[in-house]
Amino acid sequence: MRLLIVEDDPVLSDGLCVGLGLSGFTADAVGTLGDARAALQDADFAGVVLDIMLPDGSGLELLAELRAAGSRLPILLLTARDQIRDRVQGLDAGADDYLGKPFDLAELAARTRAMLRRHEGRASAVIDWNGLRLDPARMCGTKDGCEIAFSRREFAVLQALIERPGAIIAKPTLEERLYGWQEEVESNTVEVHIHKLRAKLGAGFIQTIRGAGYRLAAPDGRDAQP
Amino acid sequence: MSSIRTRLFAILLLATGAIWLSAMGWIQHSTRTEVGYVLDRRLQESAQMVASLIRRGGGIAGPDAASLVDQAPALPDSGPHDFTRQLVCQVWGFDGQLKSESSGAPRGRLADQAGFTDREVEGETWRVYTHVDPELGIRVMVGDALAMRDRLVHGVVMGLLAPAVLILPLLAALIWLAVRRGLEPLDRLAAALSRRPATDLSPLPETRATSELRPMIEALNGLFHRVEGLRERERSFTAFAAHELKTPLAGLKTQAQIATLAPEGATRDRALAQIAQGVDRTDRMVRQLLDMTAVENPVQADAPAQDGARILADVADDLAGLAQVRGIAVELDTGLTEWRTPHAALLAPALRNLLENAILASPRGSTVEARLAQEGETVRFSVLDRGPGIARTDRPHVTDRFYRGAANPSGGGSGLGLSIVASAVQAMGGELRLNPRAGGGEQAELILPDAPRPAPP
Repeated sequence: MRLLIVEDDPVLSDGLCVGLGLSGFTADAVGTLGDARAALQDADFAGVVLDIMLPDGSGLELLAELRAAGSRLPILLLTARDQIRDRVQGLDAGADDYLGKPFDLAELAARTRAMLRRHEGRASAVIDWNGLRLDPARMCGTKDGCEIAFSRREFAVLQALIERPGAIIAKPTLEERLYGWQEEVESNTVEVHIHKLRAKLGAGFIQTIRGAGYRLAAPDGRDAQP
Repeated sequence: MSSIRTRLFAILLLATGAIWLSAMGWIQHSTRTEVGYVLDRRLQESAQMVASLIRRGGGIAGPDAASLVDQAPALPDSGPHDFTRQLVCQVWGFDGQLKSESSGAPRGRLADQAGFTDREVEGETWRVYTHVDPELGIRVMVGDALAMRDRLVHGVVMGLLAPAVLILPLLAALIWLAVRRGLEPLDRLAAALSRRPATDLSPLPETRATSELRPMIEALNGLFHRVEGLRERERSFTAFAAHELKTPLAGLKTQAQIATLAPEGATRDRALAQIAQGVDRTDRMVRQLLDMTAVENPVQADAPAQDGARILADVADDLAGLAQVRGIAVELDTGLTEWRTPHAALLAPALRNLLENAILASPRGSTVEARLAQEGETVRFSVLDRGPGIARTDRPHVTDRFYRGAANPSGGGSGLGLSIVASAVQAMGGELRLNPRAGGGEQAELILPDAPRPAPP
């Protein structure tokens, strides 16, 4: 899941990128509202972690702009001002969640997952598909009673596929899920992770659609299309 | 006198007393004159009456003729005084013989002239009226003793004074009550103020105040307003500072958790390095907050004057470590100035923040120049760097508190540095000039008066 971090403090910004990365997210960081606007135009993000006090204005401005433009992008506000009044103001401005500084990395990751889950219209944290129970919080799953652990990148690919089960996900979309801007994309990485996933989940779990991308195979005896 | 009430009471009492005393003096004087006049008329009438009685009696002044004076009408309103019995009368013939005298009259002749005379006869002073009757050839002299008159005047005056003396304490009590009553608004104000909690800085009601108290209430309300403003500033500063510190703390906590969670050693090491960097930045921010407080509330003690060049050198020395880490050379040029200032506590933080900004903004390998020069009436500290300079759009705001450049955010600043410099320079009565440097970079100058002026209020 690719997230945009809008935070001007370099140490915290770095911590958010790395820390959310450890939880299976791919995070890109910007330090100003201007850069955030540019980033949101350029790339497709699953959600935004937004600081309120930024050098060139308030994060609430960006929030208001996005909501005014009809964007339903999940946004978690991150701020030092955590009085109830400030929280109410932030949530009323259209934020999906609110976290006061300093926060716990695990809580931030959990709230971000919950926020994205709600955005996808799922209530349960655990995703079921074709005999696999996937737990995003722990980046692991169970299939046929066996626990399966995934690496961060394997999980990112699997999550991208399982969010829209049965739909064909293009390779560049998967690559975008895997890498932030700073990282070099290696041409066969997606194939490598698909290969590893097939080894763990069974060869038929993920189907390759030539020239289009990948999709999860339909459960036995049923149509794959939702 | 410390109490307005006592003071007012004393003034009123003294003034009233003085008026009362002069009134008493005036009453005594006029009573004395009036009584004297009435008694004189009485003497005259008695003498004329005696003369007319002698004439009616055939013109012969017998030995009893003088006793007729006893029939003279009593003094009107003379009350219980036995004045009538005190008149004496002598009837002298033109031939110099004493024809008649009343009982109590002295042996000596009472007067030699006609009309009113004062004469001392047999050890007593007499006031005498002499009526000359040429037809009968007699002089009728009627007199009374002056001592007697004084007693009478004294009696009358005392009769008037006694009630006035009794009135005096009553008057004092009334004045005291009136003063108390008159000063009640002051008492009410004092009570209202003393009941106030320290947090209540709402203005006092002005509309119901007396016109004398209104200027004071207005002044008090003005003071309340200023104190409230100051307190609001403090409060917002503290709140802002606390919030500002939360961000680096959040960074530290996040990095610490990464260091705990990260499976790879490289990520852990990187997180630890970030923690070290974060601690440095937080430390700088805390120091700047302390600087800000020190600069905003300068200690006005008479600090000994310190060498300006020395202060600059010390500041540069303090920042040598930072400059080395960043690969910046700091070049000092303090010239031959002997300028000294008592404001070391203001100057040092100002210079440190300017120099620190310059070092942090400079590209690796460049040189930051710090100069001190004396130019006539002023002293100029210049700090020059080859960094990106302050963006044009940021210039009007750079000295605002917590303003971090929007156009060119380095991400490292707290937004306090230049605000500290500006406050310190203002307190020293000087000027901060920020200009783009020729050839790129920023040129910051502190222009200070040679003889330190008191800061403008």
